[in-house]
Amino acid sequence: MTTVLDKPAARPRSIGSRVGVRPRAVVVGAAAALGAFVISVFSLGTGDFEIAPADVVTTLFGEGNPAHEFIIGELRLPRLITALLVGAALAAGGAVFQSLVRNPLGSPDMLGVTNGASTAALTVVILGGTSTQLSVAAVAGGLVATLLIQLIAGRALHGFRFILVGIGLAAILTGISGYLLTRGVQMENARALLWLTGSLDGRDWGQAVPMIVVLGVTLPFLLLACGPGLRMLEMGDDAASALGVPVPLLRNASLLAAALLVSFAAASAGPVNFVALIAPHLAKRLTRAPGPNLLPSIFVGALLLTGADFIAQHLLEDRALPVGVVTGLVGGAYLVWLLTTERRAGRI
Amino acid sequence: MTGHTPRLSGAGLTLAYDKRVIAEDLSVEIPVGSFTVIIGPNACGKSTLLRALSRLLKPAAGTVLLDGRDVHSQPTRTVARTLGLLPQSSTAPDGITVAELVARGRYPHQSILRRWSAEDEQVVQESMLSTGVADLADRQVDELSGGQRQRVWLAMALAQQTPLLLLDEPTTYLDIAHQIEVLDLCAELHERQGRTLVAVLHDLNHAARYATHLIAMRAGRVARSGQPSDVLTAELVEEVFGLPCRVIDDPETGTPLVIPAARRSTSASV
Repeated sequence: MTTVLDKPAARPRSIGSRVGVRPRAVVVGAAAALGAFVISVFSLGTGDFEIAPADVVTTLFGEGNPAHEFIIGELRLPRLITALLVGAALAAGGAVFQSLVRNPLGSPDMLGVTNGASTAALTVVILGGTSTQLSVAAVAGGLVATLLIQLIAGRALHGFRFILVGIGLAAILTGISGYLLTRGVQMENARALLWLTGSLDGRDWGQAVPMIVVLGVTLPFLLLACGPGLRMLEMGDDAASALGVPVPLLRNASLLAAALLVSFAAASAGPVNFVALIAPHLAKRLTRAPGPNLLPSIFVGALLLTGADFIAQHLLEDRALPVGVVTGLVGGAYLVWLLTTERRAGRI
Repeated sequence: MTGHTPRLSGAGLTLAYDKRVIAEDLSVEIPVGSFTVIIGPNACGKSTLLRALSRLLKPAAGTVLLDGRDVHSQPTRTVARTLGLLPQSSTAPDGITVAELVARGRYPHQSILRRWSAEDEQVVQESMLSTGVADLADRQVDELSGGQRQRVWLAMALAQQTPLLLLDEPTTYLDIAHQIEVLDLCAELHERQGRTLVAVLHDLNHAARYATHLIAMRAGRVARSGQPSDVLTAELVEEVFGLPCRVIDDPETGTPLVIPAARRSTSASV
């Protein structure tokens, strides 16, 4: 013990204390998580039957009255959980894509992954399929679109080639979706259009449970197995490889996990646009930390989607909007701002 | 020559990007404990050779041997503990500090279960001290000057603690004072820490001054290799670069000094 005490007090701060998780990143993550929780409490409490925030919290801890328990547990919680998880999944998927492509524009909703899910789901809707078939098709569509981009773009997963191929694919898929809409009859079209906007209306445990499963599998994999390597990859493929990162394996594995997250999110809530683009970018700007910022992004994503959904439900007096309308408006503005600032900084 | 079998060598290498063949039947040996410098005109395959030696590029034919085993049959991480590479173009991630970047050199020695050890701490400290960037530890890398940045990258490569270190044009984009500073640093690492260094350099006089072993390449082949004083002759420079020149003794060090021939008077051709 004395040896420890005898050490000179002026010893410089250790490197270890400077290279770990940055305090700022922890603060950002915690603040976003707290924000998401507060919004959750309010959105669980509001609706046709108002419940005070304190009662919401007691009900969440299993101490509420049966009426509250039914309204929250059966009616409102599944939708909220779906919102939180879809937000988290989109953000995590977006963070991985942006990190691999090394550009905020390399996000799955810009590159046609989400469009792949939409087009496949739309096909099922037009053919009059069930909602389970729709979900399966959406997941498959997202994965196929990712595979296509990678096959066409070749090994050049970073830089403009991947982005341009992705944007091209997104445009083609939008065209196909438009064609499909002209083929559908009116009732199916209404259902299809609502789905295409991205909506959380009527989401129950049937949507929440698959999200819990896919996040439970892919998030630990991304955080523990891929995270450190993804941080190295930021320095360039050669530098990462020279440091012992198995670059092709890491790329393929993390791309697959990210595509799964985004596709499942689309299957659950429709193609909610811009969350995958904004959440990781915003998290990175707030933490100012290098690396994909996976954990802060996840919390920011959950906050964004629940926040957008809360706004969508309360913006208009007489009726609720689909959440995709809000993320589309806010996200579009953010994209314009992003394009101008990044352009000025010479990054894109 | 030290007489040992080389730890790093390539035999019968065919190097190609897709269909474009850069080198055929190329063989090189890196002597143990040497400061080997590779010279040659643009596009002669110097950097490609370095990529093949460091496992970044899989040769279409032939093998690169690291400690007697095919480098491409070994896991990336295993290779990264023996062989380091400072690529020509690396990007410092936005907002990263000097200490964070240098610490990344410890990656091949870490795992999910073993993240930061006392050894990591010591090695990173020493790497920053020996490259003179310890005072910059908390500065952001993108705020630094070109010379400082290059020293930080070198510190990262040092922290990897590999007995073999390959450097692809470590002096590019630096002014003459910083070029010498980086090369002095390399020479010091070579002499004091006994590392085997392999660097691609453009400046022949720098190559002659710092190399203990010189490899001159032309069009994907080794034109000559050996001691700088044996390799760097006027005939070789003419043959490899197509540059008429004189080679004299460097008044500072006695190593070969290449003086390009004076321009023929233009009035003669008018």
